[in-house]
Amino acid sequence: MDRRAILEELKKVLEPYTENKELLRNIDENTDLVKDLKINSSNLVDVIIDAEAKYDIEIDFDSSEKMITVGSCIDVISQKINK
Amino acid sequence: MSRRVVVTGLGVVSPNGMGVPAFLDAMRNGVSGIRHVPQYEALKFNCQVAGIPQFEWERLKNYVSEVVFHGLQGRAIAYGIMAAVDAWLDAGNSLGNDTAHWDTGCVFGSSVAEVETVRKIFNRVDAGEARKLGSRVVEQFMNSGITAYISGRLGLGNRIIANSAACATGTQAILMGYEYIQQGLAKRMLVGSSEHVDPYIFAAFDSMRILSRKFNQVPEKASRPMSQSAGGFVPGSGSGALILEDLEYALQRKAKIYAELLGGACNSGGQRNGGSMTAPAAPGVIKCITDALASARIDADSLDLISGHLTATAADTLEIQNWCLALDRNGRNFPLINSLKSMIGHSLSAAGSIESVGTVLQIHHQFVHPNINLEDPNPEILKLIDLSRMPAQMVETEINTVAKANFGFGDVNACLIFSKYNQHG
Repeated sequence: MDRRAILEELKKVLEPYTENKELLRNIDENTDLVKDLKINSSNLVDVIIDAEAKYDIEIDFDSSEKMITVGSCIDVISQKINK
Repeated sequence: MSRRVVVTGLGVVSPNGMGVPAFLDAMRNGVSGIRHVPQYEALKFNCQVAGIPQFEWERLKNYVSEVVFHGLQGRAIAYGIMAAVDAWLDAGNSLGNDTAHWDTGCVFGSSVAEVETVRKIFNRVDAGEARKLGSRVVEQFMNSGITAYISGRLGLGNRIIANSAACATGTQAILMGYEYIQQGLAKRMLVGSSEHVDPYIFAAFDSMRILSRKFNQVPEKASRPMSQSAGGFVPGSGSGALILEDLEYALQRKAKIYAELLGGACNSGGQRNGGSMTAPAAPGVIKCITDALASARIDADSLDLISGHLTATAADTLEIQNWCLALDRNGRNFPLINSLKSMIGHSLSAAGSIESVGTVLQIHHQFVHPNINLEDPNPEILKLIDLSRMPAQMVETEINTVAKANFGFGDVNACLIFSKYNQHG
């Protein structure tokens, strides 16, 4: 799965956690989950749990701490998928 | 200076009506909200009927943000949010404030936590999937879950309290809110209570053999307060919410005033003198009622109506005996008395708030709702009060002052005195 495809899938994972649907449609790798999408920081846990289920992967504590922007999320997910 | 406290907003989620207009209509017409529950038959419960609000989960989307809606599971929380937001808007307030309302607090109670939500936690943890619980369970199983959601939605910035006093919870919450305003600690208080009786809570009461079991095939007949055939209560679910407000504050903002809360009392019989974990001691009940009258500065003779606790058990007769002794009134001289539980069952902690919403509406619209199913009045009760005092049909009459009481496990009592608002006091 290439980065573009992961980004499109990631939009669906993030969808329930942001009110800003317009921005979500136009996210790029620099979009910050908390600062830009205004996702409640406690909900990042839920984003990770949902991503784990979607890609059938396991995201450990160290990896999850890197998931700050859309780009870093894609880094972690693609690394886990291709393991 | 003694502050006067008035009711300026109402919200209700009741088995016989969602929202105030539907609930008012159901009360006037004696509409039952008790239904047969096939699941309870399958689970071999003795009682297979319940008061369940016709609540469509999707409607909650109109009350909370999409992000909050996603992951919300608790039904008592959902009922509470709906009743509270409705009451807030009914009082002429709006949503979307950027700063907290420092002058407005909340006392909102429940008697049990979200047991169904907790069960999902058990299942996950026991299956070794603790890491999948996510961020949204703590806020729903904590006892202050309902107040946390309500105060967050409305931006309430004064004291926020989740109270619990079994079946007296709702009445107690209202009294606490009244007292905070009286003491000058808040200008407005959102008060009420919420309950969702899920199968696990229901089963625990069923096992005590205190629930109605002879009317499973005719659910609307199953809740029969003050009847000879009253064979136990019917559990119900729902929520009631009221906006209490300092009169001066309400007048300043030209708020609609439904009624005045003149006073009230809350106590315990101490599980002495006939009181126990499950039975109220007569001296405690009588003291609670007389203390409430004293707090409201009214004579027992001026009471027009009693909204009883009257759950449809053997305790109904004892309750009426206590009212007779506390008021020193009986026979034809007894106030009118009714039990909303005849229509909606007993919604435990939510009973006090839903019945208080009902009381305020009866004052505002000047009527007395019927006691439905009162086909065979208990002869022991007829020895105490005249049949005409327990109307089986709706009565349109002048209603100035009403006592609303509830009594709960642990021998706790709460009594409120509401009256028609009169600008001259």
